[in-house]
Amino acid sequence: MELFNLGIQSVFIQNILLAYFLGMCSFLALSKRISTSVGLGLAVIFVLTITTPVNWLIYRYFLKKGALAWISQGLADVDLSFMTYILFIAVIAAIVQLVEMLIEKVSQKLYAALGIFLPLITVNCAILGVALFMVEREYSLSQSAVFGFSSGLGWFLAIVLLASIRKKIRYSDIPPALRGLGITMIITGLMAMTFMIFSGIRL
Amino acid sequence: MQGNEREPLFSTRNRKILTHPFSEFNPITVQVLGICSALAVTSQLKPSLVMGGAVIVVMTFSSVIISLMRDYIPSRVRIIVEMTVVASMVILVDQFLKAYAYGVSKQLSIFVGLIITNCIVLGRLEAFALGHGPWTSFLDSLGNGIGYAVVIALVGFFRELLGAGRVLGIKVIPSVLYESGYMDNGLMLLAPGAFIILGLIIWIQRFFTGYREEE
Repeated sequence: MELFNLGIQSVFIQNILLAYFLGMCSFLALSKRISTSVGLGLAVIFVLTITTPVNWLIYRYFLKKGALAWISQGLADVDLSFMTYILFIAVIAAIVQLVEMLIEKVSQKLYAALGIFLPLITVNCAILGVALFMVEREYSLSQSAVFGFSSGLGWFLAIVLLASIRKKIRYSDIPPALRGLGITMIITGLMAMTFMIFSGIRL
Repeated sequence: MQGNEREPLFSTRNRKILTHPFSEFNPITVQVLGICSALAVTSQLKPSLVMGGAVIVVMTFSSVIISLMRDYIPSRVRIIVEMTVVASMVILVDQFLKAYAYGVSKQLSIFVGLIITNCIVLGRLEAFALGHGPWTSFLDSLGNGIGYAVVIALVGFFRELLGAGRVLGIKVIPSVLYESGYMDNGLMLLAPGAFIILGLIIWIQRFFTGYREEE
């Protein structure tokens, strides 16, 4: 139940995109068409669900202060947490590469759908951001798995919603200087405002 | 820069590289890069300024390093090399902030780390530093860094002013105004405020520069 609550919270209330602004670049660049945004959204869910628990394990058993104690007592005082950034980004890049190769082997159809988006995901700040949030909020392994998946789901939801709105807005008469990026920012602001109605919900 | 003829340090071309990203080719409002951090840290002016500074430092150093190494980096692994250089720079900046400005560093929380995936840094490395000499790359990244810092400082300024009636923590809106019924707009401090302020800044800027996006 605790976990379910965390899931709901990270999908709706603290939506990673609308409340923490993570992954904005690809969100703005690739939300012109619904089909691309669905593909990218799925890829983000996929990668987040895998990388977050893996990064948790790495942080817990290698980087945290005293984490190396399982190797030998002499290393119990070592604190490698300053290495967090570089190791996390390396892990994310490696996993994305692995996932890409795996998908290519297993399912050609899925690869065709996700293929071009996967390399982009390494530099999507949502992935690194979720890993860093997980460290900052001291989640457990199961919590971080749920957090990873539901953050991805929240991101998926937001980008698909925006893509649908942008499709409709093409027929509106917007002041020329506001077209494109400007109006998209304002729409996103209104979306963030509507998502605020979820705040305070607990199950 | 071909041949033996040396180009003066501040030739017209170099000056253009430096100032071009300030306005008509601004990284945030025109190139649409680095928006994540631009919005997240700007609920007050002070963290926005610190963040702008951090990005400038990371960008200039890493683009000079990458530009010096550009002939030795195999193009297949260049992204990893760039990431490593940027991440090392970010670690330096992060440790520095933790040591000398702990309060601000806590406030910026994970967003210092997210400079690594800030697309401005990687974008300029890919698009410029890999193909140009150290000095021009330095100017290009400095220009883009300043362009970024100016926009987030603007967003931070307006959000703090409208949301809390303060600038850099000092009350600027006279109490007479509050007594006559003026209220701070708390929404500006929350996420939607950031989106809307940035949208309006983009609108105003594009209105004057005449830049238009094609749909």
